[in-house]
Amino acid sequence: MNRLTGIRRFAGVLVGGALLLLSTGVISETAVTKGSKAAGLDSCVAPTAVMRRNHMDFLKHDRNMTVRKGIRDTQYSLAECVGCHAEKDNAGAYKPVNAEGQFCSSCHSYVAVNLSCFQCHRKTPEVKSGSGTAMKSDGPFQPESLGLLQSPDQPVLLNRDELARLHATVKGD
Amino acid sequence: MSCNSDQPDMNRREFLGKSVLAATATVVAPGVMLTVANASEEGASSAVRWGMLIDTNKCADGCTACVDACNKENGIDLMQRPAGQADEMWNAQRPQWVRKVKLRDKQTGEISNLPMMCQHCEHPPCVDVCPTGASFKRADGIVMVDRHTCIGCRYCMMACPYKARSFIHQDVAEQLTGTPRGKGCVESCNLCVGRIDAGNSTTACQDACNKDGHQAILFGDLKNPESAIAKALKAESSHQIRADLELNTGVRYTNI
Amino acid sequence: MIKTQYRELYCSSPRYWGGLASLAFIILLGLGAAFHMEHNGHFVTGMSNQIVWGLPHVFAIFLIVAASGALNVASIGSVFGGPMYKPLGRFSGLLAIGLLAGGLVVLLLDLGRPDRLIVAMTTYNFKSIFAWNIILYTGFFTIVGLYLWTMMDRKFEQYKRPVGFAAFFWRIALTTGTGSIFGFLVAREAYDAAIMAPMFIIMSFSYGLAFFIITLIAAYWWAGRTIGDLRLAKLKNLLGVFVGAVLYFAMVYHLTNLYVTQHHGVERFILLDGGIYTNMFWIGQVLIGGVIPLFLLYSPAFTTSRFAISVASLLVLIGGFFQVYVIVIGGQAYPMNLFPGKEVLSSSFYDGVVANYTPTTAEALLGIAGIAISMTLVAVGSRMLRVLPESLEDPAEGECA
Repeated sequence: MNRLTGIRRFAGVLVGGALLLLSTGVISETAVTKGSKAAGLDSCVAPTAVMRRNHMDFLKHDRNMTVRKGIRDTQYSLAECVGCHAEKDNAGAYKPVNAEGQFCSSCHSYVAVNLSCFQCHRKTPEVKSGSGTAMKSDGPFQPESLGLLQSPDQPVLLNRDELARLHATVKGD
Repeated sequence: MSCNSDQPDMNRREFLGKSVLAATATVVAPGVMLTVANASEEGASSAVRWGMLIDTNKCADGCTACVDACNKENGIDLMQRPAGQADEMWNAQRPQWVRKVKLRDKQTGEISNLPMMCQHCEHPPCVDVCPTGASFKRADGIVMVDRHTCIGCRYCMMACPYKARSFIHQDVAEQLTGTPRGKGCVESCNLCVGRIDAGNSTTACQDACNKDGHQAILFGDLKNPESAIAKALKAESSHQIRADLELNTGVRYTNI
Repeated sequence: MIKTQYRELYCSSPRYWGGLASLAFIILLGLGAAFHMEHNGHFVTGMSNQIVWGLPHVFAIFLIVAASGALNVASIGSVFGGPMYKPLGRFSGLLAIGLLAGGLVVLLLDLGRPDRLIVAMTTYNFKSIFAWNIILYTGFFTIVGLYLWTMMDRKFEQYKRPVGFAAFFWRIALTTGTGSIFGFLVAREAYDAAIMAPMFIIMSFSYGLAFFIITLIAAYWWAGRTIGDLRLAKLKNLLGVFVGAVLYFAMVYHLTNLYVTQHHGVERFILLDGGIYTNMFWIGQVLIGGVIPLFLLYSPAFTTSRFAISVASLLVLIGGFFQVYVIVIGGQAYPMNLFPGKEVLSSSFYDGVVANYTPTTAEALLGIAGIAISMTLVAVGSRMLRVLPESLEDPAEGECA
């Protein structure tokens, strides 16, 4: 029995150490990918810890606001997740956020949670070349036409500055 | 058996009570935060009702500008035909939010052309029959599908008198940000809801029709007596398709 | 009166396990087909935006309708007090549960998003008859389960009648709901008729009893037990009445439609020039599902022939299948009349054209798997539970009123 206990204890320490390593890997380091816009921002639309813990509830709540009530200037939107967290490859094209190793999928595969958003939603930011989208460039520019994105003249929110900056880069053409 | 106390362990109870409280707080808190932290309450308003008036006299034979514009606006043209599928099946299975129909009167031989799409009924049968409530009507009269709760039962397609709905029969590789689309859900014309919410006052099909110089499509607020569409509807007689069903459609036609 | 002894269904192992294995194989094929459909999307099926409900729905509706009908034998026994039917009540309940489960599996696996079953079970739009049906189906399992319990456990025998009543009303509600799925479709000319609900009820009586007779004869043949002639004759005569009633309702339905000028087109399509649908109606539904079974059931030449009874029941099921096919697919194939008085010269969406539908093997395999699931549940259930009487010999003279 004593011998077994020793082995067990050793195994326990080993497993515990491995878990610790793994968890620090997630907690201490950021999952934000380097080539994305998000890498240049201090935090997301809410403090990082809040977003990590609650982003799914925020998105679910606000998706209902958007789809059902037509409220497009919600604080949280999947289009913004994609817009900010998509990483560009060497050729300058966006990588899908749900591709292996990218922002969304890296955490989701780590915690083994199914990521079903992108069965229907676009996985990369829209590159404005076509004229068919809501953000088309002919005609006078309206801030609201950014659609899902927040418009800069909305009431002050937590990370309004970052957002305004972000939107400026998005719209700057 | 080392523990033989018959008395309830008060500390334990207290601890449990506190844990439950804490757990409740962590579960409820995000919801509370959401209600305070969210953006404006401006959204679809029941003070407006979006609708369309289509002048079939102006709708040109063979012109598909509205259909093409719709396909582009809503990313339908991004869909790939499954390898080896015949034209007939592809036409029966691909989404068609708007389609051109050419008619001849059996009695008089009169020919008319018109675009056919979701009629945005005031009392939509698709909303009545949807088991999960995914098919719904917004406050401003736009009938659309919430893909998040659509289970793909297709009962709405059985119920729609206009064959306006399309089921997505295949995986979709690329979508537009404003028009999510994926296998296994139903969708239909939403009067370019993204544009409307962004403050635009025209739909893609109307723009395309105007650009080609036909001006057969007029989009606007039916409830505003000053809007062009309300004035036009007041001035000339218009038709609802399948008016016998008394669905009070938002899309009306003249000269059929 | 001799007490009925119920015993689990025992038959030789190779026969039982062989049967189960072949059923399992069919189910496996069906699940493979369902995976194929869900993985690729419905483009691999014959279904389209024109024919939105296809062969799987025909199987599912057929099984669901038959399920509520299969419970009738139990209802006659404990609600209406028919002593000849009493010993059959338990098996009737089991068969009802099995058939419903098979039908629902097919219906579920054909959804565009079967992974969202939980959404379907938790988000309800109470104006939708479909949502009510989901409640009716789950309730049916519960109530029939309780009903089986009261029939099998002597401790709860006093509840047998009230629970039996509840089950009877529930099954009527269930079939009303299933029929109303079509009856409430105002847009399509073939549907939109209140008679759909009672017609589905009478269809359920007929299909359910036919299923019951076939499975009962098969089970007793399997286990080498005996069924009395008198008892079978009772079931057989009842089936005859139901088959006649189904024909009658079909006639009333079409006559009503024929009176309405607006519906002449769709009636002409089903009854005269609809090609496969016309054939299915006259040959499948009327001849195979009606006239021939009636002849087999009532002709003096086959008074006690078990073969004739089995064949008649089988034909009722085949004819019933065609009937549901004509209702579901035929009703969709006929174009909706969007523009009265106009003919459609061109449309990219097949307006004004009879829709094409060619079911694929995958759809058929999924549907057949539904039947196999039902039969497996019944086979396993009757092996594990005491639902079948040791003997169904006719009671001695004077014992049954």
